[in-house]
Amino acid sequence: MSKSKFKNPVVKWIDHRLPVFSFMDHELNHYPTPKNLNYFWNFGSLAGFALVTMIITGIVLSMNYTAHVDYAFDSVERIMRDVNHGWLIRYIHMNGASFFFIVVYIHIFRGLYYGSYKAPRELLWILGVLILLLMMATAFMGYVLPWGQMSFWGATVITNLFSAIPLVGESIVTWLWGGFSVDNSTLNRFFSLHFVLPFVIVGVVILHLIALHRFGSNNPIGIDVKGTQDTVPFSPYYTIKDLFGLSVFLSFFAAAVFFFPNFMGHPDNYIEANPMVTPAHIVPEWYFLPFYAILRAIPDKLGGVLFMFGAIAVLFILPWLDRSPVRSSQFRPIFKIFFWILLFDCILLGYLGAMPAEGIYVILSRIATAYYFFHFLILFPLLPYIEKTKPLPISISEPILGGGSAASAFAMREKK
Amino acid sequence: MPKNSKSKNDNEGKRDFLIISTYAMAGIGAASVAWPLIDQMNPAADTLALASTEVDLSSLEEGQAITVTWRGKPVFVRHRTPEEIKQAKEVSLDEMRHPETDEERVPNEKFIVLVGVCTHLGCVPLGQKSGDVKGQYGGWFCPCHGSHYDHSGRIRKGPAPTNLEVPSYKFLSDNIIKIG
Repeated sequence: MSKSKFKNPVVKWIDHRLPVFSFMDHELNHYPTPKNLNYFWNFGSLAGFALVTMIITGIVLSMNYTAHVDYAFDSVERIMRDVNHGWLIRYIHMNGASFFFIVVYIHIFRGLYYGSYKAPRELLWILGVLILLLMMATAFMGYVLPWGQMSFWGATVITNLFSAIPLVGESIVTWLWGGFSVDNSTLNRFFSLHFVLPFVIVGVVILHLIALHRFGSNNPIGIDVKGTQDTVPFSPYYTIKDLFGLSVFLSFFAAAVFFFPNFMGHPDNYIEANPMVTPAHIVPEWYFLPFYAILRAIPDKLGGVLFMFGAIAVLFILPWLDRSPVRSSQFRPIFKIFFWILLFDCILLGYLGAMPAEGIYVILSRIATAYYFFHFLILFPLLPYIEKTKPLPISISEPILGGGSAASAFAMREKK
Repeated sequence: MPKNSKSKNDNEGKRDFLIISTYAMAGIGAASVAWPLIDQMNPAADTLALASTEVDLSSLEEGQAITVTWRGKPVFVRHRTPEEIKQAKEVSLDEMRHPETDEERVPNEKFIVLVGVCTHLGCVPLGQKSGDVKGQYGGWFCPCHGSHYDHSGRIRKGPAPTNLEVPSYKFLSDNIIKIG
């Protein structure tokens, strides 16, 4: 205890018995982080911020929400009109979902570009894909709660996906509904699950962080950290950088909440659910559109569902599909070109998901779907045999400081 | 190097100022984010809109009482008999825990209006129905912990610290009152 690094006697007393302060000091303060991380490494902490924002605003909203088909829509309108600051809290929650997905999608494409899924970070990546799946389930059930037309018909369409399962499909759908259509039982269980799943996400996020801190962050060059000369302590270098990124993120977020709160929503969801009338053109929330396009591209009920879920399933086995030992796209000229094609393909799928399922849109959806699976299942395994990668630097310090040795790093510092 | 050490001190002062003002701004920001999350638990606009109730007393006979709801709480309205009014007015204030005259509590001596919530721990006292136990002083009696109230709703015996609360109300006409 005499060697304790804490001066405060209370902190010292607690830390000796319950070493939470040592843990935080080790993982958030001294935690060695590659010194060459660019701004794409901000999106992990931003996702964490979005998750906490969603949980806090969600708990507050649930205090004012009534999960019953006769009252749900009105209780949401009451939140918007009568509850003190209810409009603000709901708009933060509503747009927070979209921003959470924006941040997480950028985080995922960062991982794809810099090969962050490769050994020894396979489990880190898989836990991330699991978080994405949980987020999708949570977001979908949350969208049902306001009980507008899009809520109701979105719930009907998505739960009906399970009816594609041979033999037991219909029984599973009845079980999911707790009846013979989307009704009060469905709304109640969705509310229950929408409340609890975010805490499951928190649990998986903790595992994600434990896996991250085992080997530390990947970096833009994608080579391993060779020693302390390649790292800086997390605090203050990356705490400040994360905070700066957060303030930029919050500027965009506040702009959406205060000036375009319904931009990413759908006006039909401000019409109360009516089981007798389906809106003319139903679309899911934007973050599901690429998957929705894949679903509609396949001219077979079961096939469409399988390909849609397959689009996420391939991400789970990605670490074993990509056989190249080189992580970062910076040293993989062909992979880099195909990365941008994949990004374009996903955005195209998103656009096609929002368009009506007819004419040219169907043909383009099929091409884009075919490319998506070609990219992961054929291109990734074959590319290492074709591609000639560029030579890797000796260390993280080398491309930054030229000389690449610890000595030169100190020399630079001494001159200042 | 006195010049150098002076500029070092200046920089330290500047740095302290920057740190303190940064923390102050962060604190103001955190507080303004927290406030909407706390304030949403206060009564909403529609709840506040229901904060007044009108009661028609024309059918209330002498000796009868009715209980109406105001802000989710029971309000006792009683048409007192001349005997009850006399008792309420004549009693000496010296023997009371919370001395108030009947005139202070009842603007129109025939009709007494009280919030029907015991000032001890919030139970609803008995005494509105004809068969109810009315306590030693003939007004109301709280069955939870045995508080006795008189014809003016004043605490006379038992654990309650103060008299039954008189809500703010006014007579819109001879027979109609508006509570709240």
